[in-house]
Amino acid sequence: MGRKILFITTDQQRYDTLGCNGGTVARTPVADKLASEGIRYERAVPQSVVCMPSRSTIITGQAPSTHGVWMNGVPLPADAPSVAQVLKDAGYKTALIGKPHFEPFLDPFAAFAENRFAGGEPVNGHRGFDHFVAATHGAAGPLAYSRFILTEHPEFAGGFYPVLDGTLEVNAMGGGETGMPQLWNNPIPKEYYHTDWCADQAISWIDSLNDDDDFFLWLSFPDPHHPQDVPNSELGRINWRDLDLPAAYPSDQATREAILDRKPKHWRMWYDGELVSNYEAPAAWVPSTLTADQIREFTAYNAIACELIDEAIGRVLSALAASGIEDDVDIIFSTDHGDLGGDFGLAFKGPYHVDGLMRLPLIWKPAKNAQVAPSVVAAPVGLVDLAPTFCQIAGIPAPAWMEGKALPVNQSDAEARKFERVMTEWDSELFGVAMHLRTITRDNWVLTAYLPGTTSDGTDGELYNLIDDPNQFVNLWSDPSAAAMKSDLLDDLWANQPPQVKPLRPLVAPV
Amino acid sequence: MTLGSIRNELVIERSADQVWELAGDASRLHEWFPGIVSLDMDGNKRTIHLAGGLSMPEDIVINDTLARRFEYSITMPVFVFHRGTIDVIPLGENRCIVVYACEADPRTMALIIGGGCYRALQELKRQMELQPAKAAN
Repeated sequence: MGRKILFITTDQQRYDTLGCNGGTVARTPVADKLASEGIRYERAVPQSVVCMPSRSTIITGQAPSTHGVWMNGVPLPADAPSVAQVLKDAGYKTALIGKPHFEPFLDPFAAFAENRFAGGEPVNGHRGFDHFVAATHGAAGPLAYSRFILTEHPEFAGGFYPVLDGTLEVNAMGGGETGMPQLWNNPIPKEYYHTDWCADQAISWIDSLNDDDDFFLWLSFPDPHHPQDVPNSELGRINWRDLDLPAAYPSDQATREAILDRKPKHWRMWYDGELVSNYEAPAAWVPSTLTADQIREFTAYNAIACELIDEAIGRVLSALAASGIEDDVDIIFSTDHGDLGGDFGLAFKGPYHVDGLMRLPLIWKPAKNAQVAPSVVAAPVGLVDLAPTFCQIAGIPAPAWMEGKALPVNQSDAEARKFERVMTEWDSELFGVAMHLRTITRDNWVLTAYLPGTTSDGTDGELYNLIDDPNQFVNLWSDPSAAAMKSDLLDDLWANQPPQVKPLRPLVAPV
Repeated sequence: MTLGSIRNELVIERSADQVWELAGDASRLHEWFPGIVSLDMDGNKRTIHLAGGLSMPEDIVINDTLARRFEYSITMPVFVFHRGTIDVIPLGENRCIVVYACEADPRTMALIIGGGCYRALQELKRQMELQPAKAAN
């Protein structure tokens, strides 16, 4: 019997939403305890800041350029490498419960397996999973959670926020008390909400196993990704009026806009409603209309979603304890990418490689029998490092196609094994707008170089000192005092780029 | 908001006439378009039934055998506008390029339908290249 793996992800969760990371709004005692007993990573960076490429990185252990899912709407081929398959081949029982999103959701032709399983198609080890029960952000669509709501509790199906509008664009309709887009009051009881449903499914699956089964369970909560439509019953947890504004949101408009003006021009163009570069935020929404109260209300709803997840994880951990196997289980908690969350007067996500989207919660509590001491790792690590970590936990060599390396267990280990840099990519070409970014995080600096695209001739970029400028207000790209660092980081960036799969795989859906 | 426009093209190692025989036959779309499980024909109107459960009524706008161009429009209410065009263009005696274009309002629908068209072209190529090449007319 080896070490079992409980891999928990959320969707679009900011680093600062956990108490252990300094968050002060959401109460997350379960994650905080995991961190205090395990390893907390202070600079975990995604390889993409949108779902499909990032999730494909997690499962393949490869950069987006390598696995080829270069933007949302590009499916990961069904035969792509999968760490779940590696573990299954090693004898692990494998399950994915919750949001997969390796394949597009908008799929009227039922072309993608993820969208067919709830209809009765056998899973047959898809991507290496024995058990595959999918959910996303509401009751629409063909996934198992949607079917649960539509068949068991249809009276609540209409209570979710309509993620897409009548033109199938991401909905800009506002809700709550402030009219914040993608925020809504949902009458669904907590026990039927997808967070608790995913935890229930996970507990059922764990209960179905034998004590000596090795398992890999990827429990993938759809929240706190927008829409912010947590159950109404939970809204009393946090009064949005009591909240401070994010540190990266200067409340003075002129100050905010001056910060944006020091960044490449697509920042300000989006803010002013002059450019929508991608599908991931409401197309009809103009960020400059975002009010301080809308940010507060968003923050409150988002924090409640994080609290519900934390409590749901607590229930799953209790089930592990009840079954007597908790000491044999490695628990890893992370997310696929962050959320702008009001920073700079922006929300949701897009081609903006700053901490709101790029600094992720990551906690690894090794199984007690591994005897790993608690620690904090400041060195940069990537989601690309998760797959080899799972292999190491299972005691099997990481396949050569994995591009990361097993996560360090402490800072000394990180230094010894040269966790020095992490790469992040953005590519999108949608409705005539092309954006291409390449980013390196190293030595407490973040540098983003822009490749030629709709708003860039390929000469602009961003450079931030994360120590002196934790909010990334001051773009040093053209600052002579940072020229040497810029040059060094650029050399490093281009020297370590994975070759990109060409031709780019076709975009077959918006998301 | 502009129209969404997606164009897919694929070279098929068969003559344009041979490919057109299948691709230009409105009543046989479901044979090579994955995810269309069946269809009904009524004159120049066609209704396709999708694997996801939707049915989409269509008007056939052009079926030009000489130009090897087939054009149709999905008329279900979610579409403000839709135009799908299949062109089969000879590249030589036993080689052609098939261009399958989709324009739609809402623009997002162009991506969704266009994704299906991409898979359809792949399937058309697969099927055609399994067939023996027919002698040119």
